[in-house]
Formats: sequence, C-alpha cells, structure tokens
Amino acid sequence: MTGTNPSAANDPLLKVTDLSKNFGGLRAVNRINLELFPGDLAGLIGPNGAGKTTAFNLITGVYYPTEGQINFKGQDIGGLAPHVINQMGIARTFQNIRLFPSLTVLENVCIAYHSHAGYSMQDAILRNNKFEVQEKELLEKAQDFLGIFNMQDRQGEIARNLPYGQQRRLEIARALAADPQLLLLDEPAAGMNPNESIALMDLIHFIRDRFKLTILLIEHQMRVVMGVCEKITVMDFGEVIAYGKPDEIQSDPRVIEAYLGRGAAELSEKLQRSKTQ
Amino acid sequence: MTKKFSKSTLWFLGASILAYAVLEILISTQILNTFWNTIIRIGGVMAIVSIGLNLIYGFNGQFSLGQWGFYAIGAYAAADVTYRWSINKSADGLVVLFLATTLSGIVILWLRKKLANIRGLDPLSAFTIYLAATIIMSALAWWVGIAVTPAVTGALNILPAPVAMQVVFVIAVLLSAILAAEISFLFGLPILSLGSDYFGIATLGFSIIVKILLDNSDTLLGFVEMKGARGMVGIPKETSLFWVFFFLVVSVVLVRNLLRSSYGRAIISVREDEIAAKAMGIDIAEYKILAFVLGSFLAGLAGGLYAHINGFLHPNTFNFIKSFDPMIIIVFGGLGSITGTVFAAFAWALILEGVLRLFLPQGFETWRFVVYPLLLLVTMLLRPKGIFGEYEIPFLRQILPPIRKPAETPENNSTVEAQS
Amino acid sequence: MNTSPIAQLIQKIIKQGWMGKSFLLLITLLAVWRLVVALQENPILFLQQVVNGLQLGFVYALIALGYTMVYGIVRLINFAHGDVFMVGAFVSFYSITRFQLHTWAERLFPAMPDGVSLIIGALTVMAASMVACALLAVVIERIAYKPLRNAPRISALITAIGVSFFLEYFAALNFVFSPNFITYRRPIEVVTWAIGPGGITTLGGGIAPPPGTILISNIALIIILTSIILMFGLQFIVQKTRIGKAMRSVAYDKQTARLMGINTDAIISTTFAIGAALAGAAGMLYAIAFSQIFFWMGIIPGLKSFVAAVLGGIGSIPGAFIGALIMGQAEVISAAYISTPLRDAIAFSILIIVLLVRPTGIFGEPEREKA
Repeated sequence: MTGTNPSAANDPLLKVTDLSKNFGGLRAVNRINLELFPGDLAGLIGPNGAGKTTAFNLITGVYYPTEGQINFKGQDIGGLAPHVINQMGIARTFQNIRLFPSLTVLENVCIAYHSHAGYSMQDAILRNNKFEVQEKELLEKAQDFLGIFNMQDRQGEIARNLPYGQQRRLEIARALAADPQLLLLDEPAAGMNPNESIALMDLIHFIRDRFKLTILLIEHQMRVVMGVCEKITVMDFGEVIAYGKPDEIQSDPRVIEAYLGRGAAELSEKLQRSKTQ
Repeated sequence: MTKKFSKSTLWFLGASILAYAVLEILISTQILNTFWNTIIRIGGVMAIVSIGLNLIYGFNGQFSLGQWGFYAIGAYAAADVTYRWSINKSADGLVVLFLATTLSGIVILWLRKKLANIRGLDPLSAFTIYLAATIIMSALAWWVGIAVTPAVTGALNILPAPVAMQVVFVIAVLLSAILAAEISFLFGLPILSLGSDYFGIATLGFSIIVKILLDNSDTLLGFVEMKGARGMVGIPKETSLFWVFFFLVVSVVLVRNLLRSSYGRAIISVREDEIAAKAMGIDIAEYKILAFVLGSFLAGLAGGLYAHINGFLHPNTFNFIKSFDPMIIIVFGGLGSITGTVFAAFAWALILEGVLRLFLPQGFETWRFVVYPLLLLVTMLLRPKGIFGEYEIPFLRQILPPIRKPAETPENNSTVEAQS
Repeated sequence: MNTSPIAQLIQKIIKQGWMGKSFLLLITLLAVWRLVVALQENPILFLQQVVNGLQLGFVYALIALGYTMVYGIVRLINFAHGDVFMVGAFVSFYSITRFQLHTWAERLFPAMPDGVSLIIGALTVMAASMVACALLAVVIERIAYKPLRNAPRISALITAIGVSFFLEYFAALNFVFSPNFITYRRPIEVVTWAIGPGGITTLGGGIAPPPGTILISNIALIIILTSIILMFGLQFIVQKTRIGKAMRSVAYDKQTARLMGINTDAIISTTFAIGAALAGAAGMLYAIAFSQIFFWMGIIPGLKSFVAAVLGGIGSIPGAFIGALIMGQAEVISAAYISTPLRDAIAFSILIIVLLVRPTGIFGEPEREKA
C-alpha cells in the first residue's frame, strides 16, 4: 500500500503458486493456488483432512514446501524459518489455542513485541537508562494494545486461567501485536457457542478495519464463514476445488459433493433445476 | 544521570550485605568453625550452578543433565591455571587460557554474524564450522601463548605475591567460566534441536564423557598436574566467603536482569510453547543456545570457585550420580524460582554435608545417604512443585506496570465489547 | 540471484547439510577403518571379542527392556531400575548361599539325574529373584511414583533418583547386603569350550586352549539362551495377550484406555513388575558371569542399558534389544581396539552421534509436532 506505486493495490499481498506438500507417500497439499490482495477478508474451508491447516503451516514456515512457491509482498518466503516469516508480517493463531499458558496476559502480548524491543541484551543486563525507557515504553504499548481488546484489567492474570472466549481473544491480540499485514486465523470459532461466535465475527470485522489487515481464516462454522468472508476458497483432498463469493460457493455442486457426498450434490442440482423451471 | 534504585533492589542488596557481614563476624569469632565455613561456601557454589541450571531447565525448559560436566570443566580449568601459577611460578596456563577463550570467542561471535545470513544452514554443519574455527584458534593461542608467557609472568611478579595470586585466581575463574560457555555453545548447537528427553540424555552423556576424560587427564589429555584418577592436589585455597558471596550476588542480578527483560520473556516463551513462540517471531534456536550458554557459564564459574575451596579435586566429585545434585536442588527449591534455588542450595549443603554428617546418632553414620533420599522423597510427595513453587522475592519478580485509566487508551470509543 | 556453478554448489552443500554429514561420516569411517584393520590382523581375536560383546549385550538387553517398557507407558526414566537389577543379583546370591534353593530338587528327588535337578534348581533361583524384583518394583511404584502421576514429570524423575539412592545406600548397610564386594557362588560349574577348525575341545584341568580357537563358556550360552527365551516371552505377552494389548493401549493414550474400561493403575504396576522381573533375571545372569556382586553394581550396567534403550528408540522393544547388542559390542570392541579407559566415553559418543542422525533412536517413532 505504498502511495507512490498506483498499481500496488492490484499486486497480490500473498501469492501461492502450485504449492504441494508430501508427508511420506501422502500428498497432503496438491498444487494449490491462492491469491490474497491487501484488505481481503478471505476464508479457507473444506472437510476435515482437506489440507487447510497444512496450507497454513506451509505459509507460516512450520513445514518446508515440497514444491511450489509462496510469495509475500513480492518475496519468495517458501522454506524460511517461522520466526523470520512472522517478522516479515505474517501472524497466525492456532486451531487449539497456543498461548504461553503460565505467563500473564500482558507478558503474552509483550513476547509478540520482542522483535521490536528497542534495547539490546547488554542494555538489559546492565539495566541502563535505555533499557528503563524502552522497556517502559514496550510495556505501555502492550497495555494500550490490551486496552483495544478491552482486556487491560486482566493484564496480570495467568493466561491459562482465562475463560475460553478470552483466550481466543488474547491469542488474536497477541498475533496482532506483532504488527502483521497478513493475519491467518485457524478455526477461531472452534468450540464457541453462537453468542461467542457473533462476538468473534464483530471482532474480526473490527480488527480488519482498525489495523488495515488482510485476513485469511479457516473455519468450520458456516455461519461465521458466510457472515465474515468476502471470498472463499474450498479445499478437498489437498486440492483447491472452488473459489468465489460466499453465495457462489454455497451453490457450487463440487462443494456440496465434497461436504455431503455425490448423492447430495445430485439432489441439490435437481432442486436447483426444479426451482428455475 | 544518577540511577535510582527501587525499594526492592535496595532491600535485596542490603540483605545480602547484612548476611555476608553476619557470617563474616560469626566466622571470625569462631562461632562457626572451618567446617561450617566450608559448607556455607559449598552452598553458595551450588547456588550458582543451580541458578545456571534453573535458567536452562526452569526458565528455558531444556532438560539438561550436562550442568555437572561444565562445572567439572570450570573446576579443572581454573585449578590448572592457579596451580601453574602457584606451584610452577608460571603464568602459562593463564595466558593460554586467556588467548584461547578470547580468540575463540571473537571468532565464534564473528562467524555467528556471518552464518546468520545463510538460509537453511543445518546445526550440524554450523557445528562443524565452529569446531574447526575453535580448534584453529586454540592452536594459535597455544603457539602465541608460549611465546608471551615470560613477559606476562614478569609483569604479574611486579605485584606483591598475595595480590598477584588473587588477580590470577579471579581471572582464572572468569576465564574458565567463559571456557565452559564456549564448549557448551559448540556442544549445544547440534544437540539443542533434539527433543527434551533426548537432549537430557545427550547432555548426561556429555557429563559422563567429561568425567572419563578427567579420569585420564594425565595420560590422555597430557595435563600431568591433574593426576587423573588419583586426584589433583596443591590447588591454592583462594575461594573466600567474600568471593562466593560476590559471585553469587552477581549471578543472581545477572540472571534476574536478563529474565526480567524482553530477552528473558523470549527465553521463557520457549519453555511455554515452542511452536507458538516461533509463530510470534521468536528465534527459538537462538534463545535455547543463549540460555544453555549462560547456564553453563555459571556452572563454569561455580566450578572455578569450588576448585579453590578445598584445594583438592577428584574426578569422582564429577561422576554422573552427583550430576543430579543441581537438578535435585532446583526441583527442591521450585522450578523457575531463583529464590527457591538459592534457598534450596544452602539447605541442601547444610543438611547433606553438615547436619547429616554431624548429628546422626552413634552407629548410624552410614545412614546419611539413606536418610537423604527419604527426605527427598517426602518433600517430593508433599510438595511436588518444590518448596517455593514459583514464588520470588520482590526484587526478582516481573513488575507489571499499574493498570492505567481507560481514558489513556487511544480511541477508546472504538474498542469492542468484552464478551460476558 | 547468483547462478554461477560454484555458488550453486555452495548452495547445495548448505541445503543438504553436507558439511555436518561429512564430519560424522569421517568419524564413522575412522572407527570402521580401525575395526577392519583389527579384523585383518587377527580375525580370531576379533571374533572372540564379538562373542564377549554378545554376552554382555544380552544382559544389557534384559535390563534395557525394563527401562523402555516403563518409559513407554509412563514417560518416566526409572533410574531405580538399575538398583532393582542389583537387588535381583543379591536375592539370587542369598537364595543360593542361605537357602540352598538351587539344590531343592536334588534333595527331594535324589533319583533325578544331576543335570535335570541342577537346571530345575537354577531356574528356581532365577524365578525367586524375578519374583522378588517384581514385588519390589510394584512397591516402589505404589509408594513413590503413583502419587506423583499428575505432578510435573520432573518430580517423578527426582523421586526415581531418590529411590535409586535409597536402594543403594540401604543395601550398603551392614545388616542388609553390606558395603563390601561379595564373591558370588555360581550354582553351576564353568565349562569353557575352545571352538576352532580342529573341532571343539573342552578346557579345564590346565589344558591350554589350542591356537586359533574361540573360547565360549557355558555361562555365555546360558545368558544368551535365557535372554532370548525371556525376550520371546515378553514379546508374546505384549503382542498376544489381553494384558499386553492393555499395556499398549495405555502406552498410546492413558485417558482413552481408562475410558475403555482398562484399569490403568493395574496395567502400569504390571509393566513395572514385568520390567523388574527381567532385571532380576539379568541380575542373576550378570552375577554368574562376573562372579562378584556389590551394592553399586546396578549403576553402571543400569546406565548403559538405559543408553541402549535410548539408542534403539525408547519405548520400542526390538529397539531396546538391538540397542543393547550395539552397546555390548561397542564396549568390548572399543576396549580391545581403541582405548580401554575411554570405552564408556566411546559408548556415549556413539549414542550422541546416533541421536544426531536419528533424533529418536534407531527404532524410535519420530516425535509428531502438531501446529
């Protein structure tokens, strides 16, 4: 989003080309292509075992891709270490929440700021003036950040003692504290009740607008996907089988087949036909 | 700019100085005899080793049984330097160790900058490069060191003998700590990527290998004065209560300052969840090696001090059964609690070396090691998280800034509703 | 991008980790070269070393099985296991010297052929030490480990070390096993055979072994045979019986196993008992082979067997077996050809090198990492 280059908005932020990953003989991800433009709020859906989380792990560097390329802001990031990818501007959350369980809420956020710590290790050990100033600034920045998520009064609480919904919220806050341009959310609504899901949808919209982010999320709750995402990619058996707007996806026979089986797809096709007639 | 000390800092420093002064008075008035003096010093030394291990295991989560190996390296290296100075009247040990550690250190730091830019370099290859560089530097240090030794010996002899001895002693202890740190860096590089239990076993193997090498130090390593399995004698007894207290306080402050900073949080995040830490931009390999090297530095430091308490070293002190002692101490005191570690180290020394030696009833002297494990078992069963759990005295705690008024948060009106 | 051939080659060397691999390869080649030279110089002596290594390896294997089973099921490095092995040796010693247990068949049925009654007697002694060790292990498990099952893993490990200390120093008390070396009275006489191209000669009565022969004693045969039988028995229990099935399921997922109606506590105790029984048998075999026992005898064999279990991939039964054989060979051969004082250091170096190449041991399953 550089103002000098007018075509920047048309360049994809993330471009995944023919990405594949083998585990032994199993091809978990098979030549998938994915494009995300700045400001997108996209979804990645598919039945269990379709390779969605593997795709996330490839993008964030947890796995080394077998084939294919991952371009982020025009740079090839395939095979870089996860922490490098994070520092380049991709942050993520996990399917089963991965907080730093015995640390406080504030410390959880502070860790995400680590690569922006304005002092060196020598400064820390000597406790010099630079350390005092920068550390105070870092802690206050983290506090303000918690404030945005209305969690400041919980700053001293141990992360594992938070209620479930708050843990999810903290995990998202922590990911955002690293100041990413692209946020990957892995099943953020998993285990949430309908009320919590609605609050989550509000939160996702809010952070997209507040932080000017691009968001890609994996989700099983169709209500969340359809309510939040503007574009949806569907995966099955490691391949991308459909891509489009939510309503297009809903009526795509291949998607219905993937979710409900061949019979259901034919049935829905018949229903569609009878409706149009 | 004048530095303001917080209340907890003043309290901590005051209490340390007071404790030292009281002990010093008790010793000079012979209320505490040499026996107890030795035990207190051993307690302090154990506290330093255990703080190092707590950094590695308690805070960084790496299950290391290699602490004792680095302790042994520190002890023998420092002892050799002071032995050569006091018996052989030569500073050759000091000069060679100084050159070897500094040259290797500089090369390691330089290579680290260079190698950081190479994408996808595996730890084993990096290890090979570092090892080659270190060996070359050590050989260079040997060659140069022998040449400059007479000059340094002469220079040190200008000082009055006791002062020169003290100088050599302190430098030897620090250098042997650096030596232990560098060896731990080389060893940790390929090993730290192993899973936790496997890492523990590999480090246990390291301790055992070090012990076996020390058994054969006179024949295989060529250090005749170490006398192999017969034990090294004639090391100057330079470790006074002052030095133990001084280095203990320095270690506590060092570890506390590191841990209560962003770098410390990065170290702790590795213990908490490696995958999440990676995803949050923490270079976990970097922080594992940092904790391991610093912990081993403290082990080497403590080893150097230990060697000069009794003036006698034997490889059996460093056998693998004893290598569990620091692990027992940190679990006993509470993993992730520096307060607990220091307390447990002194308690351990007082009980095992003092009380159980002196106060077992007649005819039950051999029961010392029967009672000790029973005490251990009972403590573990009653307090599985150690005596102190995660408690810290205020000086060592992470200070959270006070919660500020909501008005100070920017764009408060746009915050989302917290869910009920 | 620099695409000159040299830069590409360097890139490839880095990507494939060739520098580190060639370093390990160099060390391995040096060792192999040393062995090949030794084999060429005196193949008979080399074979003799291999046989000696086998004898040791099988004893280690029996102990290693206990470590690997317990680790597999409760993820605990049971440091007291080596001392259970020591207790096994002492129990067999006392059942021979105090209770003459090895002669009961002979005394009851004087008509029985000597050979048969001796075998029955020796087996009884072995059974006695196996049962004693199994009971001891169950008691230890119930008192020291079970209360800590939900505590941090390290607490149980420290407890294991405590139990190990306790067993050692309790055994060293004068009224228990005494702190001295004790000469072990073998229930059977040692017979040594010299096997060579000229056939088999039985040694004894001052006959020197003919040149060019390998010496094998009946002790070695007994150790190897007993170990193999016990190991097959274990494999049978683990693979074919209900208890074995339950053990495997508890090892895989304790929570789920409990939900499936398995009494996990009983299964864990059984695992400790079986492992300890094998250690008891190993204790007796070790004592027969080396004919000297003392209260610290469990530490070093215990440690080496544990290393063997890790080498083979801890949690895997065939792994423990293979690892133990490797440890036995490594110890004997490096003592003979590389350096006697360094033999243990070499055994540990092998462990570290194997872990570098295969981080979870030879038969170990790679640790799954879930993101």
